[in-house]
Amino acid sequence: MPILTERKTQPQYDAIVVGSGAGGGMAALILALNGMKVLMIEAGRNYDPTTETPMFNTPEMAPLRGDRTPDRFFGYYDATVNGGWTVPGEPYTNKPGTEGDFWWWRARMLGGRTNHWGRISLRFGPRDFKCASTDGLGVDWPMTYDDMHPWYDRVEKLIGVYGENDGIENAPNSSPGVLLPPPKPRVGELLAKKAGKKVGVPIVAAHRAVLSQALDGPRLAKELFPNNSKAQQIMATDMSLRAPCFWATNCIRGCSIRANFQSTTVLIPPALTTGNLDVITDAMVREVMVGKDGKATGVHYIDKPTRSDRVAKARVVIIAGGTCETARILMNSQGKDKGGLGNQSGQLGKNLMDSVGANLSAHIPAMEDLPPYNEDGAGGLHTYSPWWLVREHGKLGFPRGYHIEMGGGRSMPGVGSFGILDKTSPGTYGSKLKEEARRYYGASFGFSGRGEMVPNKDCYCELDPKVVDQWGIPVLRFHWKWADYEIKQAEHMQNTFAELLEQMGGKPKPQSGKDAIKKPGEIIHEVGAARMGDKATNSITNQYCQTWEVKNLFLMDGAVLPSNPDKNPTLTILALAWRSCEWMMEEMKQGNI
Amino acid sequence: MKPTEPTNLSRRAALKWLAGTAAAGAAAPAIAAPNETEPTPGASAVRSPLYDPDYAKPVFPWDKQLSPDELKIIGVLADIILPKDDNGPAASEVGVPEFINEWCSAPYGDNRDDCEVVRGGLGWLNTESFRRHEKRFDELGNAERIAIVDDICDPAKAKPEHKVGAAFFARFRQLCLGGYYTHSSTWKHLGYVGNVTIGGPYPGVPQAIIEKLGLQDVV
Repeated sequence: MPILTERKTQPQYDAIVVGSGAGGGMAALILALNGMKVLMIEAGRNYDPTTETPMFNTPEMAPLRGDRTPDRFFGYYDATVNGGWTVPGEPYTNKPGTEGDFWWWRARMLGGRTNHWGRISLRFGPRDFKCASTDGLGVDWPMTYDDMHPWYDRVEKLIGVYGENDGIENAPNSSPGVLLPPPKPRVGELLAKKAGKKVGVPIVAAHRAVLSQALDGPRLAKELFPNNSKAQQIMATDMSLRAPCFWATNCIRGCSIRANFQSTTVLIPPALTTGNLDVITDAMVREVMVGKDGKATGVHYIDKPTRSDRVAKARVVIIAGGTCETARILMNSQGKDKGGLGNQSGQLGKNLMDSVGANLSAHIPAMEDLPPYNEDGAGGLHTYSPWWLVREHGKLGFPRGYHIEMGGGRSMPGVGSFGILDKTSPGTYGSKLKEEARRYYGASFGFSGRGEMVPNKDCYCELDPKVVDQWGIPVLRFHWKWADYEIKQAEHMQNTFAELLEQMGGKPKPQSGKDAIKKPGEIIHEVGAARMGDKATNSITNQYCQTWEVKNLFLMDGAVLPSNPDKNPTLTILALAWRSCEWMMEEMKQGNI
Repeated sequence: MKPTEPTNLSRRAALKWLAGTAAAGAAAPAIAAPNETEPTPGASAVRSPLYDPDYAKPVFPWDKQLSPDELKIIGVLADIILPKDDNGPAASEVGVPEFINEWCSAPYGDNRDDCEVVRGGLGWLNTESFRRHEKRFDELGNAERIAIVDDICDPAKAKPEHKVGAAFFARFRQLCLGGYYTHSSTWKHLGYVGNVTIGGPYPGVPQAIIEKLGLQDVV
């Protein structure tokens, strides 16, 4: 595991990778497996999930019984250290006139946000890559689903994803044998499925990056890395060492047995095994250095423990700091345009998107007082609904779809788990109250929508002209305004969830779209600030994440996404990074970079 | 709970709180919010117990505010709400009073609101006890305590002169439930049987429940 002691760097690398999350971790692994000398630079601290994951810790061991606070928004045990929507000493601002303050989630730690995410791993579908051709809004991707399909297969095999092939339009099947079997649904999920049948909402096995059974390392490594015996050897061993899920503890705490996917357990350890990767943590990149010939020479960073400026050099530079951080690094670098490096198209910082989010839950009488059984499961949802009205947009009044996540039942009790007793059991105390608590505990169920937003001119980030962070680096200033499309979509979510909950026997109270829609940045799917495209005039990179302006500068995170389909972006970031690295290595061999 | 208002404290109050707890080992808390345009604080070399907790040695980084007398009354009332019986230990046996003290002492906006409700409510309870019996609530006999609790336990039915007590009781009852059932020794009584490992595939819903709810067609 990544225990890093040296803080020295070599004078010159083949590649520098800025960031250690999904994009950076994947890039470092693929390049290191292919013999490139790689330096990974992470702004946060070193983090070791094998020793730092409180998998079985109980609430009474934590301050405030583990309840969420503004400091630890997802609860005390969330595997986000040194981070959240606020980071001390690293502010960001919102521009006057913005309609909704943007919330920017950052995790200053090795592995970044991959340590705590929901592990929901959905492929973008054929329509998602050709969205402008489908409805005239936004832009098409510079490639098709068919180009991406093999890379999705590869990533799913590498990280391990459970799910099923359902043949639903625009929710693509994986190739046969790629997916792991999904866990059986919980009781609330079965009730939802039954309701979905009546309401016309398909509820199928979720796709999540969790090992429902052990991986066959030797077979998979051979398939994934043909003609690379060293990679086969390292990956066969490493993949076989990952334990399958033991159906306990919430994935958001991280996973010390390596059953779920996080960069720190799945990508970085085998990358280090190659001997080709150096990692320095607590190193905050300020800018990309560009030589007189217009090529990137390396990066300028702050060594945080000593507060001193350093430079690292390489043949290629890959930025994967997380969508907004990546945009910020480019804005703070000297390019041909005054708006930053790679910004000749003027698109840097624009087209910023998050997922549209809305929730609704209700008390379900059928779930009251059921015989106890273990509902922990895979530490996240077992079932979901892919967008089912792909061809109905003409009637709906909004152009893009959403998927539905769901949950409820008997999960580990939290401080707020008994709010319902105010309504069901007023005036009750004593032994009777305990009986009521037992009756109603775990008898609520809820749905969350995650929908596609269309990029618009009002949602962007730029440098704040006045504010710097504690390292003296200019900070981002956000501007945001939801369009009617998103508000209407959130309202549709509310009405759909209400229908499902009523069918389940609940009495939900749906809100208007305007009231229900979550804050920008709250869903933590921000993408698009340096989008890819088919030409230099409308985008920052080509389809291989290579910046048009600087041939040896690549962006391998959510920043390059031209659209933000309802499907969570991590799987696609992983697939894009792998594909781009293979292309980049070929270009280097050809002498084009 | 808005992250843009990490503590609901004024900047001065936040710094004062910081200074007051620095001796107890606290480091920089969440005072650098979005929209912050003042000069930002310098980096702290000390690991923050809030932003970067050590899960093996959790730090409870704020001073407890409630007095021994207040805690005594909390213990008595919490045990009336959640007594020892066949369905588990008493609230005081699983640390509910300590939890409520910690909760009410936390520097966040929601907790400060709760602190006002709890403190004010405890004061109201004592005044009411004194008015009726010239004793504090914890000094009353059981029947006398229950008589007061019955007057305030249901906010919808409480008389106008008991409304303050009823509002306090409702919030206090929620805090008791939260503190009680977040203690692992209560879980079996509640019906939570997780947080244990299972080998092989996830077993799913027992057949008896599937049949009871008529879910055979969607399994």
